[in-house]
Amino acid sequence: MARQKIYALLEDRDATLTFEEDDPLEQTMVLNMGPQHPATHGVLRVVLKLDGERVVHAVPELGYLHRAMEKLAENKSYHEFMPYTDRLDYMSPYSNNTALCLAVEKLAEIEVPERATYIRTIACELARISSHLLSIGALVMDTGALSVFLWTFQEREKIYDIFDLLTGARFTISHCRVGGIASDLSKECAELIIRWLKQFKPKIQEWRKLLDRNRIFIERLEGVGVISKEDAIAIGLSGPNLRASGVHYDIRRDEPYLAYNDLDFEIPTFENGDSYARYQMRMLEMEESVKIIEQALRKLPKGEVRNEDAKKTFPWKDEIYHSMESLIHDFMMTDSGIQMPKGEIYHAIEAPKGELGFYIQSRGEGVPWRLKIRSPSFCNLQALPKLVEGGMIADVVIIIGSLDPVMGEADK
Amino acid sequence: MLNKVSIALQSAFPKALLETTKFRNELTFRVKKENIREISQFLKEELGFNLCVDICGADRFNEEPRFEVIYNLMNLEHNTRIRLKVWLEEAKPHLPSVISVWPAADWYERETYDMFGIVFVNHPDMRRIYMPEDFEYFPMRKEFPLVGVPGSIPLPEFDERAQNLDAGKRYNQGQRI
Repeated sequence: MARQKIYALLEDRDATLTFEEDDPLEQTMVLNMGPQHPATHGVLRVVLKLDGERVVHAVPELGYLHRAMEKLAENKSYHEFMPYTDRLDYMSPYSNNTALCLAVEKLAEIEVPERATYIRTIACELARISSHLLSIGALVMDTGALSVFLWTFQEREKIYDIFDLLTGARFTISHCRVGGIASDLSKECAELIIRWLKQFKPKIQEWRKLLDRNRIFIERLEGVGVISKEDAIAIGLSGPNLRASGVHYDIRRDEPYLAYNDLDFEIPTFENGDSYARYQMRMLEMEESVKIIEQALRKLPKGEVRNEDAKKTFPWKDEIYHSMESLIHDFMMTDSGIQMPKGEIYHAIEAPKGELGFYIQSRGEGVPWRLKIRSPSFCNLQALPKLVEGGMIADVVIIIGSLDPVMGEADK
Repeated sequence: MLNKVSIALQSAFPKALLETTKFRNELTFRVKKENIREISQFLKEELGFNLCVDICGADRFNEEPRFEVIYNLMNLEHNTRIRLKVWLEEAKPHLPSVISVWPAADWYERETYDMFGIVFVNHPDMRRIYMPEDFEYFPMRKEFPLVGVPGSIPLPEFDERAQNLDAGKRYNQGQRI
């Protein structure tokens, strides 16, 4: 009936529509976004309550990807669990590997040769660039421009080539070992990294020229999804999202691990705490990562890349083929794992998405009694309702993109 | 800084602080569960532990009391981390929520509830976070098998008009058909 009335009124061009009865447009509407929405960056479901185009209330729902990572960890030796960490934040597998290995090394007090820590540092920074490339590309795509996404993916493809040469795998690399790394950095690989960095640096500038002062891009991002410094700390944000709100905190500098203590780099921060600041954060961090990699390659010490204590680390693969002792050690390491001291530790690193921590309770066995993964995406997503409420529905897409969550990590 | 925290806690809550352990230069305080909210408040306001890094549960299985809840806290100004811990009885694992101190505790507490069945009193939204709402088990408890309980999550329903409706029901209960 109401619809017929509208149609009738619309025939007269100068008519103004008024409604005596309930206005169908003056009600709040509940909209389900996801779980498989192209803008939710994985299987994230957000239930939105809308008043017109304005978001009144938002409830993110997780659990669509729950793979029981922690349960699996309780039933596997520390080494066996390492390939699983690749699948946590699958955009930067290397930093997850490193985080687990560093935690286990802290628990068992295993020394790592200096060369290995430098190679880990280089690879972690490559992983950071690779993750930020995806994040920026996807964010720009969320605003409606596709080509930047393709350009950043080209660069990611080249980083995969480097990882292929360094670790033997392109995507899920599992290259770290407790007490070192699986294989050394070859001269060829180092040259490839240097060559890639040389052509990558102007590319960042090129993209920034296109985006940084782009009117459309700024209007879509500036003042969207603002979170203040106090709120960001209270809600538990970490990583670039926290620093974009003006908190000058980076684990690489404040609680140095790996080789970061010897390297010279800056921690960019922004005060605004909006989506544009988060985008800028990631751009600047990539530049810093380039600096770190260059320095680490220059300073790269010579020597071993793995602790040689047979009770603590795997033997080399070619030893296994020639020596019975090594074969036994390899078997024992895989089967029963390293004998750990009793105790509990928490170790966190600055992963591309924020603070990635492993809390391990050990009862002196080869398997952890309890292993809790403190994943950055999980905590960052917690801020989503706060960021989107009061904004427009089109901004929800941008805000999810600017938070850069990976559901593999949020759901664990 | 760590020593200062230890002394301050000891003097402010002499009765609630049960145990202090130091391992790999990390401090762990075990406190009474009734006082967890006041202690959190004290740690945040007096000692500046403003970032709640993580809250998780653990199953001590075969030991009494059975459950523990672990709070990983951080002071952003001095870059110090400490850990709080409470033990809970198996029969009624309830403890006060700290969401009013750190809003970040919201999802962590929900996760702990989902995985261990530990109930946080005064939490505004005590729903499961990963598992379906009608799932009756707590997967991170040690007695929950790694392969899962057969039929614990109903599989996609069989078509009502299907010939083998009875077989579908048995399938949903985890039986082989």
